[in-house]
Amino acid sequence: MSTEPAGPEQRGTADSVADPAAVPGQRAGTAPVDGPDGPGWQRLSLRSVPVHLSWLLAPAATAAGTALGGHGTPNLQALITVASLTIAFGVVAGINLMRCLTTRYRVTHDRLEVHKGLLFRSRRTVLLERIRNADVTAKPLQRLVGLAAVTVGVAAVGSSGGSLTLDGVTRDQAAALRRDLLNRRAALLAAGHGGQVEQAADDMIAAFDLSWTRYAPLTVWGVGGLFAVLGAAYRTLHEMQVDPLELGVVRSAADAFTSVPVWVAVPVTLLAVAAVGTAGAVALYVEGWSGFRLAREEGGILRVRRGLWIHRSVSIEERRLRGVELVEPLLLRSGGGARLQAVAGGLGSAEENRSRGALMPPSPRSEVLRVAAAVLGDDRSPTERADLHRHPRRALRRRLNRALLVVLPVVGAVALPGIWLPAFLVAAGITAAVLLPAGALLAADAHRALGHGLTGPYLVARSGTFVRRTVALRREGVIGWTVSRSYFQRRAGLLTLGAATAAGAGVYRVRDVAEGEGLAFAEEAVPGLLAPFLVRG
Amino acid sequence: MPSSEGLRLRPPRHRVERRALAWWTVQASLIPVPLILAAGALYLLIPPARFVFGWVLLAVTVPGVAYIAVMPQWRYRVHRWETTDEAVYTASGWLWQRWRVAPLSRIQTVDTVRGPLEQLFGLAGIKVTTASAAGDVTIRGIDHRKAVEVVEHLTRTTQATPGDAT
Repeated sequence: MSTEPAGPEQRGTADSVADPAAVPGQRAGTAPVDGPDGPGWQRLSLRSVPVHLSWLLAPAATAAGTALGGHGTPNLQALITVASLTIAFGVVAGINLMRCLTTRYRVTHDRLEVHKGLLFRSRRTVLLERIRNADVTAKPLQRLVGLAAVTVGVAAVGSSGGSLTLDGVTRDQAAALRRDLLNRRAALLAAGHGGQVEQAADDMIAAFDLSWTRYAPLTVWGVGGLFAVLGAAYRTLHEMQVDPLELGVVRSAADAFTSVPVWVAVPVTLLAVAAVGTAGAVALYVEGWSGFRLAREEGGILRVRRGLWIHRSVSIEERRLRGVELVEPLLLRSGGGARLQAVAGGLGSAEENRSRGALMPPSPRSEVLRVAAAVLGDDRSPTERADLHRHPRRALRRRLNRALLVVLPVVGAVALPGIWLPAFLVAAGITAAVLLPAGALLAADAHRALGHGLTGPYLVARSGTFVRRTVALRREGVIGWTVSRSYFQRRAGLLTLGAATAAGAGVYRVRDVAEGEGLAFAEEAVPGLLAPFLVRG
Repeated sequence: MPSSEGLRLRPPRHRVERRALAWWTVQASLIPVPLILAAGALYLLIPPARFVFGWVLLAVTVPGVAYIAVMPQWRYRVHRWETTDEAVYTASGWLWQRWRVAPLSRIQTVDTVRGPLEQLFGLAGIKVTTASAAGDVTIRGIDHRKAVEVVEHLTRTTQATPGDAT
């Protein structure tokens, strides 16, 4: 363990000395930092021991639950389940505990070093200039004992990139480490460019507004989440040989359901599901977004902080911000709301980009647009400013065909038993009468959504009806074009133009644009790239 | 802004090797042929179930043979590639076709890829990666000596470009 010449030292943060190299913007109470060879090693807090041991609570609770639910006569299946749970969770707790006890880290003038492990030792050194961001998060249990985790995003070149997490530092340590990393990196980068670190004070762009929770029921998570929870509970009980359908609560509910007329029972059940779903959606919204703050911080960093139980904090380098995406799911759009996503590099995989790139929760569209403009340092959001060109009617025909492809099989399936029971033909007729206009409306909406245009340094593209997305992408961020055409697109003289970029989803598309128009648009957006490969006639 | 009237992409300059036809044909038969053989064997060996296996045989043979016959020819007409001093330009696909352009200034790595079948036919592929996974460009089915030359050219040109290609 003590392979370090200076030996690991446990140091608090309160008695820390001021950094001799006084990086601008650093406040009192930062982590102790010495020269490149000095000690300065810090450990994770011992307070994380109970947090790791909490893994054992799950099997303990399960065991207690089984003992109570099994009427004192434990069956073999339940015993095996509990025992294997205990072992699995015990191993996880042990590994985490060992890792936590052996982890040491320090920040020197140009690098972050992290050593961990007893049997399998790992030493990671990350150059500060390769660090893309440093985020502080805290899970509920960690918050209870005043701990947090720091996730450091590292520039991904090949497979060596990714992130590095210090899980279980005190809140002060976490804040100090984050500040330290970002300030030092900013100072290094500024020195590299021969400039000064700009000393802009934190500039608040947006903060949580409780009235926004009215948009929560318009997210699909409520009802969907309810079914997910019920399903998981059923599976777990079933695994433990407890038939949930035999439980007293469920039985009395089923009895109540069957004892009243159907025309009462069904609407009441639907209402109940909707009510619980709405409550769940609101709860999720509040958990995810209360305390939300979006601010521009020193060193050219956009920082998003949010979360009630789980604190999340994401830093986005403005240097790597390539634009924004306005996201309007159908329900949210009908209520005049929208979300905002950053199109930024250095946030991780496309999956991580979706969760970490969120700049605004579902909130009023006007507010979202204001924030989009502020984030991009503009007076109006480019998604609104651009004069979008509509796509040809052939694109509408493709959307109508798609709607038919969904509706016809459904109608056919309903009509099939009509061979024997003519009543089904009537049902099929009604289904068609409802679904066909609905499909046509959605297709028309999808066609209305299509558009592309240029405004200043941005390329703007819009599409989608279930989720309408309007992206504003900086033209210099386009690192390649992909033109794709299906058989039907070729027949209709349409194409889908994909702008590849090293940020966000990786590619943003202009769908079903007329062939010549799409190519001319690509050439105008990034002059010279496509030109050598274009011909006329 | 260039006028959009009649504007279209011209095909990239080079076709892939004719041997790629054989490669695609073998690749296309890997799944349908064993299926057809299995269905045929069952049809012959279990006379009482001939009615069922007859239909199964038909259901795997018709699309399988059509795929093997059509796909390689179609692909051969579409697949093309070209490198200039500024960009890599490729066309690929058959039913669903794709044209990709990646500027050399944004290229991060250039690799050659050779599967076992490609080695058998003396073919190779080139994979050009950029900072966006969606911006990667691959050229398959060119002569393996030619591939080495192209990689050499691309590596030399991209090294000369400063910046981190994002």
